[in-house]
Amino acid sequence: MTSTRLPVTVTESIVTAYEPRRSQRRSTPPQIVMYIVLTIGAVVSIFPLYWLLVMASNATGDIYKSPPTFVPGPRLFENVAMVFTRIDFAGALLNTIIVASSVTFLVLVLDSLAAFAFAKFDFPLRRTLFTITLVTFMLPMQLAVIPQFITMTNLGWVGELQALIVPAAANAFGIFWLRQYIVSAIPDELMDASVLDGAGFFRQWFAVCLPLIRPGLGFLGIYTFITAWNDYMWPLVVLTDPHRLTLQVATAQLKSAFGQDYGMVMAGALLSVLPLLVVFLLGARQFVGDIAKGAIR
Amino acid sequence: MYAAIAPFFLLFLAFGVFPTAYSLVLSFQDWNGLGAPEWVGTSNFERLFTDGTFWLAVRNTFVIFVLSTFPMLAIAITIAAMLNNAVRYSTAFRIAYFVPNITSVVAMAVLFGSIFSDNFGLANAALNAVGLPDIPWLSTPLGIQVTIAILITYQWTGYNAIILLAGMQSIGTEIYEAAKLDGAGPIRSFFWMTLPLLRPTILFVLVISTITGLQSFTEAQVLTSTASTTNPNSGGAGQGGLTMVLYFYQQAFSYSRFGYGAAIAWGVFLIVVVFTIISWRFVAGRREDKLSG
Repeated sequence: MTSTRLPVTVTESIVTAYEPRRSQRRSTPPQIVMYIVLTIGAVVSIFPLYWLLVMASNATGDIYKSPPTFVPGPRLFENVAMVFTRIDFAGALLNTIIVASSVTFLVLVLDSLAAFAFAKFDFPLRRTLFTITLVTFMLPMQLAVIPQFITMTNLGWVGELQALIVPAAANAFGIFWLRQYIVSAIPDELMDASVLDGAGFFRQWFAVCLPLIRPGLGFLGIYTFITAWNDYMWPLVVLTDPHRLTLQVATAQLKSAFGQDYGMVMAGALLSVLPLLVVFLLGARQFVGDIAKGAIR
Repeated sequence: MYAAIAPFFLLFLAFGVFPTAYSLVLSFQDWNGLGAPEWVGTSNFERLFTDGTFWLAVRNTFVIFVLSTFPMLAIAITIAAMLNNAVRYSTAFRIAYFVPNITSVVAMAVLFGSIFSDNFGLANAALNAVGLPDIPWLSTPLGIQVTIAILITYQWTGYNAIILLAGMQSIGTEIYEAAKLDGAGPIRSFFWMTLPLLRPTILFVLVISTITGLQSFTEAQVLTSTASTTNPNSGGAGQGGLTMVLYFYQQAFSYSRFGYGAAIAWGVFLIVVVFTIISWRFVAGRREDKLSG
């Protein structure tokens, strides 16, 4: 509105100083325009998911007529049933749940133990070990992929779920994140008090540390679960048995093998997104706040 | 104490440190995974340097990176600035903007493959509806690159907006009050105060976008994959979707060239590091001028 206003005159600054309500209104762009733009942006963000539902619930022929259908159709259950008969989608769903849950549990336990040690205790090589963790964490994943595959071959784990679970349990990001959290969430006095009570390291970890960092664990848990659920390159490399896949690999395979049957392929894609969406929406309020906090620190 | 960090570090040593070190050794070897590896010195790197397909992949990756990163940052800053002023429904908006980032890349690539399908896709139907001709999205190299860039922009704009918003909120309100008294309008205070003060956050967002953008793989792999077994994972029409990491994957796992694959991985790493430093300088370097001025 008044955005291109020319610089300061004395009178003007006096006027704005004495009319706080008016100046406040001037300082923001017209509210209604802002809300319209924000709403359009939100619609663009959500629309692909809606379109996924439309495609998954129609026959392929109905999707590709002109003009296309814009409303969900009656064929969702037929398409979903087709997904489960064409490939072992139920198995893929189960595998993904097993992998994502195990990885999340292991990361929370191992990372909180190590982060607690790094944050509140002094021991030889503490700095060196922490630096090594950070540096390796910044190395890109594809550097490790080929040797990792060779290791899995030697262990006989190729095609097995532990090939996805065990390497992912060594999550350096979690140590970094939780260490920050513990430093600010647990006062030293509390540590001293628990020592006077005769608590050893593991008692302190379990009785003092874990309860106090629950929100931090919540964020790391959701983050780890989402990452494990959506992981694609490593499962694609190591899951060589077509009967033991994760959802992401199975969905990609549906596309390349049955690309013509869009209704069915989209039903598979929808099913691979839906459980995660529920997990996210349950913790969304806190999660969206925390991911920003992690970046700003 | 060591019992507490031992489980993590044993795993970390076996699945973090060791593979990285081993891949450096592998890059000097020729090995297909069977039999004995053969030591070949620097010949993998010499080959990489003259490999036209690798440089095509580098070029593709940078085209996709430029096409996605700059629109993404511009839109994300705009959204963040608006969310910073909007008081109502702010949480609902933030959740909506974050949803694209948690939906899996595979599912979205499958969906975008249909939306941007040449003949019947929604994108071309929309173009036709307003009287524009079809665009051959997935049958030309540039079309594929634009589609991948749109997909990346779709998935990461909201995430970056949320982070930029947090950066804006950490700027005190006093400074805006002072600017207001000096008669600075919203646009002026945005460009002369918000943007300079936001520089550390913009830097963070740019570095993250550079690192992830230059290593994009899933978008390209899923969008261009076919059931065909001749030259798999080659990036679709004219190899337009062949990114650096997709080329790495193809050489290492479609053709079992472990030594050459490892050399590609280190080449990609080097390019990413150099380019991250450049974009860091680009944003951070100018801050010193501002502060001294």
